[in-house]
Amino acid sequence: MCLGIPGQIVEIIDPALHRAVLDVEGVRREVNIGLLVDDTDPVAVGDWVLVHVGFAMAKIDADEAARTLAFVRELEEFIDEIDLMDGGTA
Amino acid sequence: MRFVDEYRDPVAARATLAEIERLAAEQPARAFMEVCGGHTHTIYRHGIEHLLPASVELVHGPGCPVCVIPMGRIDDAIAVAHQPGVIFTCFGDMLRVPGSNGSLLRAKAKGADVRVVYSPLDALRLAGEHPDRPVVFFAVGFETTAPSTALTLRRARELGTHNFSVFCNHVTIVPPLKAILDSPDLRLDGFLGPGHVSTVIGNRPYRFVPERYGKPLVTTGFEPLDILQAIVMLLCQLRDGRCEVENQYTRVVRDEGNPRALEVIREVFELRPHFEWRGLGFISQSALKLRAEFAPWDAEVAFDVPGVRVADPKACQCGEVLKGVLKPWQCKVFGTACTPETPIGTCMVSSEGACAAYYNFGRRIPTRSTRVGVARSAIADR
Repeated sequence: MCLGIPGQIVEIIDPALHRAVLDVEGVRREVNIGLLVDDTDPVAVGDWVLVHVGFAMAKIDADEAARTLAFVRELEEFIDEIDLMDGGTA
Repeated sequence: MRFVDEYRDPVAARATLAEIERLAAEQPARAFMEVCGGHTHTIYRHGIEHLLPASVELVHGPGCPVCVIPMGRIDDAIAVAHQPGVIFTCFGDMLRVPGSNGSLLRAKAKGADVRVVYSPLDALRLAGEHPDRPVVFFAVGFETTAPSTALTLRRARELGTHNFSVFCNHVTIVPPLKAILDSPDLRLDGFLGPGHVSTVIGNRPYRFVPERYGKPLVTTGFEPLDILQAIVMLLCQLRDGRCEVENQYTRVVRDEGNPRALEVIREVFELRPHFEWRGLGFISQSALKLRAEFAPWDAEVAFDVPGVRVADPKACQCGEVLKGVLKPWQCKVFGTACTPETPIGTCMVSSEGACAAYYNFGRRIPTRSTRVGVARSAIADR
C-alpha cells in the first residue's frame, strides 16, 4: 500500500467533496484531493500527483523531476568523458 | 509511464553505478538501511543489490506496515470479523497475514464476510450500501496512509454513518527508527529515508538522526535511479565528512511535508502510550488511536477485542530481519516452511516485506552462491 502511483488529474468532479478523476496510463479512477486543496497552489486539472489508497498525497513537481534527471545526465557525460580518455590513452 | 520510465533508464543507471563504484573505492565498506518496505521492493525487483559494489551493503529496515503488525492484532481483527453481521474490510496484503490461529483469508473461508478494498473510502461506501450491517475497516500503515483513514473518519462523521468503524493500527516512523539507532548491534553508516512517509511529515523530523546519532539520512524516491542517486549522496556525505538530512525525492517531498495531512492526523488521532511491534517489541508513543471524539467510529470501542499478546512462532525470525540483523535467506524457514503461499512470518506476506521481495525477485544465481558461501564458512567455523 506504500507504493504510490503517479497519475494526472483530468477532471474535478466535485470541488466541495474533493472528488476528482485521475488518469494512470489510460486507466481512470476517482480519487480524493482533500489533502491538496489548502495549498497556496491548489491542485488543478493537468497536475501530476502521487496517489495512495485513493487519496492524492502530493503534487509531483515537474521542474524538480527534471533536476533529478539532470544530475544523472551529468554523470553520464562524465562517464562518457572517462571512456573517451581511456580510449585516448589506449 | 511519466515520472516512472525515465527513472528506470538503464544508461543513466549505468552511469550512476559507475559513480557509486568510484566513491566506494575511496572509502571503507558501508552499510545503509533502507527504512521503507517500498524501497526493499524496488531493490529486489530491479536487482539493485547485485549491481552494487561488494563494499556497499543495503540492510532492510522495519518500514513495512504489514510486517510490523504483531500476531495478537491479527487475532483481534479476526475476532471482529467473526462478529454477527460484520462486513470486515482490509487492504489485499492483510488477508494472508498469519494470526495465532489462521489468517483473515481462513476466517473468510470459515464464513466471515471479509472483503478487500482499495481505499478506506470504499469501506465507507459499503457502509452506506449496507446500513443494517456494521462495516469495519482494518487500518494499517505509517503516516502515508493515516491521513486517508483520518479523512474517511471525518467524512463518516459528516455523513452520520454510524455503522462504520475503524480498527486502527496506524504506526509512526520516528520511534522505530530511534529503536534501531539505540540497538546495541547497530552497524549502519546511513539511511535511505522513506519517501512517501516524508510527503506527509517532511524532512525535519529526521534531524535527530545526524544530530544525535551522527548518521546521514537521504529521503529517497522509489525508482531504481532514485535509490542509486541516494546512495551516491550518502557516499558523498561520508567522503566529505558531512552528516545531514538531504532530500533526493524533491519532486514529491517538501521539507515541511503536507501541513493539511498533518492537521487531519492530529484532529482524528492521538498517540497510544505504547504499541507492540513485531520483532521490535513494545515501543512507547509509536502508534495512533482514535481520539475520544471519534469513539463512535472506533472498532476497539464498538467490539470486544481479545487484546491478547501472542508470541511469534519460534521458527520465525522476522524480528531479526526487520531490524536488519539477518538477511531474509538467513532465516531458518525462508523458502522452505515459509513461502508467500504459506507464510509463517509477516515479512513473507506483503509485497513490501523483505522476505517476499527476496523470494519473488531475489533468488538468482549470485544469491544462491552467497548462500552456499555462508554455509561453507559456517562449516569452516566449526
